[in-house]
Amino acid sequence: MLLSLLILIPLFSVLVLNLPPLLRRAKVSFYCALCFTLAQIALVFFCVFNPQSIVVNPFGSLLELDLSADSISFVVLLSIGITGFITLLVAKYFICEQQNEHNFVSVLFLALAGLNGIVLTSDIFTLYVFLEIAAAASFVLIVINRKKNALEAAFKYIVLSILATTMMLSSIALFLFIAGNTHFASIRAAFNYSSHDFLLILASGLFICGAFIKAGVVPFHGWLPEAYSESPAPVTVFLAGIVTKTLGIYTLIRIVNSVFGFLPAINNLLLFAGAVTITLGALGALAQNDFKRILAYSSISQIGYIVLALGSGTALGLSAALFHFFNHSIFKALLFVNSAATEAQTKTRNVEAMGGLQAKMPATAFTSVIASLSAAGVPPLAGFWSKLMIVIALVASGHPLYALVAVLASVLTLAYLLSLQRRVFFGTLNADCAQVVEARAGLVFAAVLLALITVGAGVFFPFVLNTFILPIEKIFAG
Amino acid sequence: MNSEIARLFWSFSPFIIMLFIIGLYCIFVTFNLIRVLVGVEVLMKAATLLVIVAGAATGHIALAQVIVVTLIVIEVVVITIAAGVVIGIWRHNNSLDTRKIRQINDEGISDE
Amino acid sequence: MIVNSILLIALLCVALWAVMTRSLLRSAIALAIVSAVLTMLMFRLHSPLAAVFELSVCAGLIPVVFVSAITLTQPLSTKEVLQHMRERLTRFWYLPFIIVSSGIIFTFIHLSSKMPLPGAEVDKDVRILLWNIRPLDLIGQILILLIGAFGILIIFKEKKENE
Repeated sequence: MLLSLLILIPLFSVLVLNLPPLLRRAKVSFYCALCFTLAQIALVFFCVFNPQSIVVNPFGSLLELDLSADSISFVVLLSIGITGFITLLVAKYFICEQQNEHNFVSVLFLALAGLNGIVLTSDIFTLYVFLEIAAAASFVLIVINRKKNALEAAFKYIVLSILATTMMLSSIALFLFIAGNTHFASIRAAFNYSSHDFLLILASGLFICGAFIKAGVVPFHGWLPEAYSESPAPVTVFLAGIVTKTLGIYTLIRIVNSVFGFLPAINNLLLFAGAVTITLGALGALAQNDFKRILAYSSISQIGYIVLALGSGTALGLSAALFHFFNHSIFKALLFVNSAATEAQTKTRNVEAMGGLQAKMPATAFTSVIASLSAAGVPPLAGFWSKLMIVIALVASGHPLYALVAVLASVLTLAYLLSLQRRVFFGTLNADCAQVVEARAGLVFAAVLLALITVGAGVFFPFVLNTFILPIEKIFAG
Repeated sequence: MNSEIARLFWSFSPFIIMLFIIGLYCIFVTFNLIRVLVGVEVLMKAATLLVIVAGAATGHIALAQVIVVTLIVIEVVVITIAAGVVIGIWRHNNSLDTRKIRQINDEGISDE
Repeated sequence: MIVNSILLIALLCVALWAVMTRSLLRSAIALAIVSAVLTMLMFRLHSPLAAVFELSVCAGLIPVVFVSAITLTQPLSTKEVLQHMRERLTRFWYLPFIIVSSGIIFTFIHLSSKMPLPGAEVDKDVRILLWNIRPLDLIGQILILLIGAFGILIIFKEKKENE
């Protein structure tokens, strides 16, 4: 299958790039990874327009792995490809030592393989294995510069992540006991037989709790702001853009849709957790002064939107969740690229020490305003459409109160992001920032690219809707 | 017959739950970073035992063994990375006590 | 079943010791013993392959990781250890009571479920299952081992620079 290449290419390129003593190894591996992410984006488009090509296997039974992809997977694979590409562009300026750059690219490659594995597998234990791969790779990426705060943030993340995986593992063991197999379909059959048995409730509750910890949904969000704000800039882009979302949210979506089914109890749990996460994340963002911390709390809040959309339990809600997943990974990656640019130029993350940067860094300021407006849901940007879909899905499924929460929190989002823009980019120029110049060309290129995707997905919304979003409704398993 | 086999699972489950309690208590009460990892190890042992018992109780012992083998490999790598991170923290702070580390951090902030 | 019960109680006791003992080194040794007892339980549950793996890796390798972490970080003087010990006792002495009382509770509650259990599988070989039916898990193992190698490379590089 073509899909198995998405896991095998990273594995083999890491092996090949490390075995022989290559000249200028860092550069070679960097361009190799860049090509891989572009190839992944191209492959997704190819598969979306030629659905029959997924099952074609040009290599015989040699590379026959138990992988499958549907419309949900394509959206996530596309996000992984784009965020991986951006991460590499940003990494060029932030990982300085050559040997370290090579190690960074290798671990990133392995993380990409892990993320692709999570998306493509249809066995709950293999899902767990790839979850651990992506998580372990992100631990290593966080501590890549061996900074003190990053190490402490990483330890917190590791312990919570292990707690989450222990929960998931116990639930997998219970599923093994109930269904006798770990394949999605056999567990699904057990759920169809009786969904009220206390073992099943315990197992699904444990799994959902584990996914919540990995995603940073509110009662379990303690590790997230620290891990995001203390890790090096490219790693933050990668973590916020795709890692936590694939580990937590994609797992949740996949398991709820393919295994548990949208049971009323699960829906209510998701709706409640989502609403609390949106509100507390937004309130937390209002109280921060650190550029990256504001964005981290904003991430928590946006993750709440995805959980809320999933909780509506309808086909529209599912596709809205996926669309917001894509949009969020784009505009949050963009905002973190901007924060990386300002941090590199001003040497600080404290927004009080910035101000008036718009005159000095026009491209960064402009793209960051676009990202903020998209996050707050201002038409015609992409964020508007996904939030509109979420609200419609909530109203249509009979949860007007939760829809109200979503709309009000959207205003709150606009408030804290505009306040952030005002403090960083507008107003009077801070005296400390007089020498600041526009960020490096690669960072500006990454920011403009992401801004174009955000605007494009909003303006050509009908195209996006027809190619990526509407097919999702077909695989809804209510 | 079916319930006879399943009794194995139910007779093991209280012990597994108690192992989980021990591990969780250790993680939440201790202030020493290495001791946190000890608690994590106890948790992982409990999970391993749960998988094996679930496999044995339903006769899917081959699948359970495959799962446990993969699980152990993952466990070793994650624990090794965590131990490496602990050593890194010690190099910066010269302490493994979470209270002392927090104190050092607070002083660092007030210095600025 | 009696042998199983004895082993399980031993497992709990050793785990308690691992958590409560004041010396971290003893804790690491206790973890190795936990693994050894777990190995015996696995043999009794007809899973020799996993048991051997558990014995060699968890009872052999993980204590080495722990001991090296402990020796690389020697934080406390003897006076501090004594004070530390007293502090620890006030926090940890609840644990045996919790365990014993939960044990008593569990003797009265009979956990059970009415779920119909799946039929036993056809006797498959572990190796065939791992290599032919679940190759993705094997690829996963290779991937995570590579990540572990890079992790060690990255975290311990600083030492070389300092020297």
